[in-house]
Amino acid sequence: MSSEMASEYAVSHGKAKAFYERYERKEELQHQTHFCPGCGHGQVHKMLAKAIDELGIQNRTILVGPVGCGVFTYNYFDVGNISAAHGRAPAVATGVKRSRPESIVIGYQGDGDLAAIGSAEILHAANRGENITVIFVNNAIYSMTGGQSAPTTLLGQKTTTTPDGRHTATEGYPLHVSELLATLEAPVYIERVGLGDNKQIAQATRAVRRTVENQVRGLGFSMVEVLSPCPTIFKMTPVEAQRWVRDVMEKTFPLGVFRDRTKDAQPRQLPEAGPALEEIPRILGVDIEGLPEGNAHAMEHAAEELDLRVRVAGFGGQGVLLLGEVLAEAGLDAGLEVSWLPSYGPEIRSGTSNCHVRLARQPIDSPLVTQPTVLVAMNEPSLRKFHSSVRPGGWILYNGETFPSDCGREDVHVLAHSFTRVADELGDARAGNMVMLGALLEITAVLPEASIDAALRRLVKSPKWVALDERALARGRELYRESLQEVGHES
Amino acid sequence: MRDAEKRDRGLLRVDVDECKGCGLCVEACPPKVIGMSERLNHYGYRTATYAGAGCTGCGICFMVCPEPGAITVLRIVHRNADEGHGVEPAIVGASECASN
Amino acid sequence: MRKQLMKGNEAIVRSAILSGCRAFYGYPITPASEITETAALYMPRAGGVFLQAESEVAAINMLYGAASAGVRAMTSSSGPGISLMQEGISYMAGAELPCVIADITRGGPGLGNIAAEQGDYHQVVKGGGHGNYRTIVLAPHSVQEMADLTALAFELADRYRNPVVLLADGFIGQMMEPVEFPQTAIAPRQPEYAVTGTEETRGNLVTSLHLDIDDLEAHQGHLEAKYRRAEKCEVRAEEWRTDDAEIVLTGYGIMGRILKAVAAEARAGGLKVGVLRPITLYPFPKLHFKRLAERARVFVVVEMSNGQMLEDVRLALNGVRPVEFLSRVGGNVPSHEEVLGFVREQARRTLPAREPEEERMANV
Repeated sequence: MSSEMASEYAVSHGKAKAFYERYERKEELQHQTHFCPGCGHGQVHKMLAKAIDELGIQNRTILVGPVGCGVFTYNYFDVGNISAAHGRAPAVATGVKRSRPESIVIGYQGDGDLAAIGSAEILHAANRGENITVIFVNNAIYSMTGGQSAPTTLLGQKTTTTPDGRHTATEGYPLHVSELLATLEAPVYIERVGLGDNKQIAQATRAVRRTVENQVRGLGFSMVEVLSPCPTIFKMTPVEAQRWVRDVMEKTFPLGVFRDRTKDAQPRQLPEAGPALEEIPRILGVDIEGLPEGNAHAMEHAAEELDLRVRVAGFGGQGVLLLGEVLAEAGLDAGLEVSWLPSYGPEIRSGTSNCHVRLARQPIDSPLVTQPTVLVAMNEPSLRKFHSSVRPGGWILYNGETFPSDCGREDVHVLAHSFTRVADELGDARAGNMVMLGALLEITAVLPEASIDAALRRLVKSPKWVALDERALARGRELYRESLQEVGHES
Repeated sequence: MRDAEKRDRGLLRVDVDECKGCGLCVEACPPKVIGMSERLNHYGYRTATYAGAGCTGCGICFMVCPEPGAITVLRIVHRNADEGHGVEPAIVGASECASN
Repeated sequence: MRKQLMKGNEAIVRSAILSGCRAFYGYPITPASEITETAALYMPRAGGVFLQAESEVAAINMLYGAASAGVRAMTSSSGPGISLMQEGISYMAGAELPCVIADITRGGPGLGNIAAEQGDYHQVVKGGGHGNYRTIVLAPHSVQEMADLTALAFELADRYRNPVVLLADGFIGQMMEPVEFPQTAIAPRQPEYAVTGTEETRGNLVTSLHLDIDDLEAHQGHLEAKYRRAEKCEVRAEEWRTDDAEIVLTGYGIMGRILKAVAAEARAGGLKVGVLRPITLYPFPKLHFKRLAERARVFVVVEMSNGQMLEDVRLALNGVRPVEFLSRVGGNVPSHEEVLGFVREQARRTLPAREPEEERMANV
């Protein structure tokens, strides 16, 4: 043909700009794809590239490639490229899109990738309504690994792992992903198309563009499932494979639009910019200005060897952990080194619960209190579990009318009382923990009242409960003082 | 120059280095003006070949072709403004495509 | 009062956001759930992304996406969940993507239990996923270190373009201690490899695929060089009264705390005991062990696992000193008293002066 003639013709269908000029996959074959002759992937690649060109989004596009025959998307598409692990493209795409909402994120997956190993990821990305585009190429087989069966393999279809054909009794039924995802509320567009003949290919071209355009418009999750021929594994000529898609595969996987909410869907707004960096410490509640002064001045004369080791134990719901927290928070307020460690194990949901609290002048080595100086036992099982661990000279505060005689020790002090009943009389049995804490504070006489008060207000939000807890703490202190008088009378 | 009325509406180019000879375009072409070459290309494939006349410029061969740039379809550019093909007239002389 | 009382798990998230982390993807699991919950609260307020994923597999791959997009990202989990993340961790190491993973360990194998254990050492320190890769592993022993090492983790992740694991046991995650934070938040620079959907980043590619065998070998050589650099530059350990130590106790995380208490009491009883606490588990502080072996007569490894770190200690010492081992598992913690008794027994057995040669023979 002469150039004179050509000069009167213009290109109407040519290679898309979204493709690289040359494919630097290997030294050789830089102007061919790696696909086998007649492979449907090439056609779908062209549809996608055409859509990117037409929508003018090449710079904004991020393509998340699969594992399978489509793995080399990044060799062909001149866009931002990320290759995902097998089946994980929807999760990877989610991570990209959520952080870069202005980008156009397209996941490209085959049927092994999407419908088998990645079935959870696609289901949940669709159900969250991620504003991404998914191109799902379904050829009813694992092609790259050599023709094993897929969830989409047709009944009776022979594969290397269903050598006698797929049977419902052993392999179940072909998985209809489009129909499945169309049961969800969030997706805005789901269509199944085919590559079975000219007409189907024209429709597929429109559908691919639509799923991308939906994202550009901010509408939400859009997927196109493309029934695609694999002449190599089907052991057919390209034309036979194409016809098989139309005449056989389509009978199992009917074409059509399974979901179209594009008319009702509201375009998503881009998220607002985050707060200024200077605001972050305040937002996190860690800015120094926001922290209280504390009452360390009240502790100036405390002994250097001050080392309070408390074990609080009881049933869940008795306020074991809160008792420990108030103590630790008050210790911090008073300028001490503190640690609070909850118990751990099967009792976390029910049964006994306990915590370790240390308050000291010196840095705390181990936060575990295996030999407490004070044991707060809120019930008998807790007392029995820990009474023998109390250090000689230490204290046991026991929530019970009578102290079990077999738990008695000559070398420790005991304050046994029905603290719960006392709290009940004050207004709520649940304040029993604070009555016990009051007694503990009075016994140890370490922490300034201002610190206890500050800790209580920091940890207990309801004013009603603060008031009750304050009465409970005061009553606990009284109980200890009264017990001293009783001892005085006896002696 | 011949009268545009008598000329084919379309023109087809095949990049013989990119074509893998799958034959889908041969099957898909409505006026049946694409055939397979006798000669093998560098990679050992017989490649699609335009018969040289009768192309309507419909572009179907391009869309069924799995290779991004193996086929390029051109349409005649009418100088008068009533053509309605939506073709951008500026892209001409695509002689970088090896044609046959 | 300039510190505040906070759980280790909560401190991690605050520190992460101050360090510029703006994406958190996770799946709840005891004892790491407070991390996910705290991130759910603060990440959106800081202009970041929080998403509770459908699984740990999805979570780590969302991290892969966020890191590909050039965002500082993190997740958290515990034993069983970390097992599921290993696939993604391998991919991220291969694709050279930074991220921070907090592993708040629990009991295993299998469902194990939710008590604190240190049985994740192998799967985290040795790399539980496939292929020749490493993760940098930091082991905090206090709430303050949870905060400080989280900040360091993000720095190292970016510096080495590699996943960094914060390996803490359930104790450190759940306990509350006073902690303070830096008062300025960081805005990290967008890395040049990121794929962000702009003209400038259009040519960028994130992948771990290297089909050509020589290409993959070269890539692994590049990764190895990074690991060698980390081994040279990033080793961190705390030594406590090791100057004259004849017995060196070693353990990480909560065990490091208990060992200090034990060493203090042993010293009060006249034994020259010190503590070497690895802070980086990979790279492992081998040289610290070698140096202390010049004076120490015996090393005592104490773990809440069945001899996982023990292997690294033995490799580091390469037989020059005996290594004794004490372990409790299942959620039990070697108690202060238990360890002290063990140390005293080792002192009785080992401390009568013997020549190294004789000692080595005795261990054969």
